[in-house]
Amino acid sequence: MLNTYDYPEFDYQQSAEQQSGELKRHPVVIIGAGPIGLTAALECAAQGIPTVVLDDNNTVSIGSRAVCYAKRPLEIWDRLGVASPMVEKGISWQVGKVFFKEKLAYQFDLLPEQGHKMPAMINLQQYYLEEYMVNECERQELIDLRWKHKLLSISQNDDIATLVIETPDGVFNMEAQWVIACDGANSDTRKMLDGDFSGQFFQDRFLIADVVMKNDFPTERWFWFDPVFHKNQSALLHKQSDDVWRIDFQLGWDADPEEAKKPENVIPLLKQMLGDDCEFELEWVSVYQFACRRMDKFRYGRVLFAGDSAHQVSPFGARGANTGVQDIDNLGWKLKLNLQGKAPIELLDSYSEERVFAADDNLMNSTRSTDFITPKSKSSRVFRDAVLQLAEKHEFARPLVNSGRLSTPTPYLQSSLNTEDEDSFSNCMAPGTNCADAPITISGHSSWLLNHLGGQFKLLIINEDAAHSVEQGGVKADTLKLGADFEDPEGLVSQRYDGDQGAVYLIRPDQHVAARWRKFDEAKIKAAIAKACCQH
Amino acid sequence: MRLQLQSNITKPDNFYNHLIDMQRDLSEEEVQMMNAKLILLLSNHIGEEEVLFEAMDLAKP
Repeated sequence: MLNTYDYPEFDYQQSAEQQSGELKRHPVVIIGAGPIGLTAALECAAQGIPTVVLDDNNTVSIGSRAVCYAKRPLEIWDRLGVASPMVEKGISWQVGKVFFKEKLAYQFDLLPEQGHKMPAMINLQQYYLEEYMVNECERQELIDLRWKHKLLSISQNDDIATLVIETPDGVFNMEAQWVIACDGANSDTRKMLDGDFSGQFFQDRFLIADVVMKNDFPTERWFWFDPVFHKNQSALLHKQSDDVWRIDFQLGWDADPEEAKKPENVIPLLKQMLGDDCEFELEWVSVYQFACRRMDKFRYGRVLFAGDSAHQVSPFGARGANTGVQDIDNLGWKLKLNLQGKAPIELLDSYSEERVFAADDNLMNSTRSTDFITPKSKSSRVFRDAVLQLAEKHEFARPLVNSGRLSTPTPYLQSSLNTEDEDSFSNCMAPGTNCADAPITISGHSSWLLNHLGGQFKLLIINEDAAHSVEQGGVKADTLKLGADFEDPEGLVSQRYDGDQGAVYLIRPDQHVAARWRKFDEAKIKAAIAKACCQH
Repeated sequence: MRLQLQSNITKPDNFYNHLIDMQRDLSEEEVQMMNAKLILLLSNHIGEEEVLFEAMDLAKP
């Protein structure tokens, strides 16, 4: 098979602690150096927390795997300083076409709202994404990436977890105040802790292939229901960088995965899809089956689960890696405040509360897509086909077509960290919502609002004169004030934050709204910070 | 709005006859497809979720 990408091999090094046999206690140990583990390391470094990242392998993702990255995770990676190479290398797209048999049934345009730094969606092979993050981790002094380190067992008491690790040099122990388990859907950490992981399995299999070809297909997402080249199943075509295309074929439950992925079986299928005269080379093939399930809670003592280890969704809608990154966004600042003694362990329970809520939203959406793409009964198949037939001619049926609802953040509207509105505001940016971006200028230079929020608590002050920084229980919120710190040349900050009549927003370190008022009131802000940090 | 359960069709026999006639020569599969489309078309016409769910509940065996 062809190779458009050279997989890096990272060096194993024996750690000083293993060499000396000294038992070291680390603030945070991360299990797994995939997209979520690497994001967790960068997030902790941004919060000033030293981390050790353990991975039993020594390279990046084999094959493209996760492909689509949505705006919100890109904003998080931008806060962590790694989004630029991703956006530069990735393919931005916004048109999706849905075909039924040989006809176009429906076409959508993501039509991203203007005035945001990050694009609506990019496609990028997972190995590039991981490589960029590994490079950044290596630049960070607070991150200790350790390859060929396998977790053998874990035990814990109220204050610490003890990890037994195997390396090519043997077995040694480490202690951690907190462990973040980012070791994927088949998480060993979860099994070691007897974590409850339940939900719905789908009796279906999918073949995914990376294909290298040069052609003039537009940069669009093409999805087929029951195509002539692959009867009774579905197929998906997506462009990635380096002329690598990702193709997914639904195989059905009876397919033999080992047989299906042999090139002599894959190539004829691709030829039927792409046409005989299309020249292509196969780069990577894999077969998978999926489930929609989650853990009952994401905190087990000193171990916090994030990404696929905590929740697994169907791939329709690109909700896997995208949600995992948002788990970390939620977790980093909470760990920091707890490690500093400024927030009780309850704040880590709010990580579970808020991210379980988001996981349920993702699970619901991805299960609905799965039910549409692979109908479970004869009658649901009839309804599905009826929708697709009607969608060709009638607008009303098109919103019913579900080939995957693309990942968007789930606002924590019910979160116990929110302070309820007492003043009247429009619905957007309600407490629990992630902050909308907007173009701003600072001393005449163009910038973006989100680049000045996050990392720590902030007070965003719009059209309100009285304002100063506020400190509560060791947690400080500095001001970012319209007119003093930045200008709003297009009026989009004021518009998106309903600020014309004056607005004071308390913004969490993960760029989510904790509370908002029309007027600056120090006592209320202090109470809201305390609530957002579970300080009593 | 609540689901209309009083007679609302001006010529009931006409309507019923038309419905049966339409499906007289269709295969079982075609009937199923037609019924599915009919449900979707009429549901969209009604639009209100509350009314639709009420009807689904009533129709349930």
